[in-house]
Amino acid sequence: MNFETIVFYVFAALTVFAALRVITSRNPVHAALFLVLAFCSMAGIWMLLEAEFLAITLVLVYVGAVMVLFLFVVMMLDINLVQLREGFWRWLLFGAALAGLMAFEMIWVLGSSRIFAGRIAIKHAADYSNTKELGRLMYTDYVYPFEIAAVILLLAMVAAIALTFRRRKDAKSQAVAKQVAVRKADRLRLIKMPAENRARQGLDSTEEVAR
Amino acid sequence: MIVLSDFLILGAVIFSMGVAGILFQRKNIINVLMAIELMLLAVNTNFVAFSHYRGDPAGQIFVFFILMVAAAEAAIGLAIVVLLFRSRRTIETADWNELKG
Repeated sequence: MNFETIVFYVFAALTVFAALRVITSRNPVHAALFLVLAFCSMAGIWMLLEAEFLAITLVLVYVGAVMVLFLFVVMMLDINLVQLREGFWRWLLFGAALAGLMAFEMIWVLGSSRIFAGRIAIKHAADYSNTKELGRLMYTDYVYPFEIAAVILLLAMVAAIALTFRRRKDAKSQAVAKQVAVRKADRLRLIKMPAENRARQGLDSTEEVAR
Repeated sequence: MIVLSDFLILGAVIFSMGVAGILFQRKNIINVLMAIELMLLAVNTNFVAFSHYRGDPAGQIFVFFILMVAAAEAAIGLAIVVLLFRSRRTIETADWNELKG
């Protein structure tokens, strides 16, 4: 039993424990925090699989952004926990049976199959950089999917703001369309008047002040 | 020595727990969203494991895109939850029955 095996089993046990608490915990805040634990320990397993960039991304993006968003929403909403627990035990048996059957089937196929069992990982050289390799691929072969991904993120941002944005009735804001459509004649009035001798007038007033 | 099937079995277990979580917590929409995140995590683990054992980084690129779409999904899903809570004052899924599904 080498070090990698120990690390794998420790992180796998942590992930399974955290996932179990996520799906059974009474309080959504606890569920969110255990989901954070599940993500962190899964990031450890990804690190073991030499996917350093994705492991760090999982911690930064998922734990740092998405789970914080979840916690924000959970704490913002006023949740009636007693009402939410009704029917938990009724569905527990069915859910456990279904999940157990699914897990059994998949473990049966994956555990016994000779295709998967015999594979040995290709060891990279010590100076191999996972981040560099992914960056090279992402900006060459996968540049169009990458740009589509950027557009999807923009879309999500606009959609989230547009859905939750509430316009106040007494708020004052710019009407940009009206501002753009305005013409000179609407704002500016030209008046014809006889010219005056400004210089002379100014001189008179200074003389008056001096006196 | 850990082999590919160990990672795949871990992914299968986590995925099944995500499925069970949707059924266990089906009254609370936020916990359902969290169970979906668990399932996505399991799928991503499978991708990373295959990518590692085949020596092909394309699987990791795919995981990157899945992470991105999942983040967008979580943002929009939570925005919808907030919107529904604002109009109905509850997050219980049984109370959202306008569509009569």
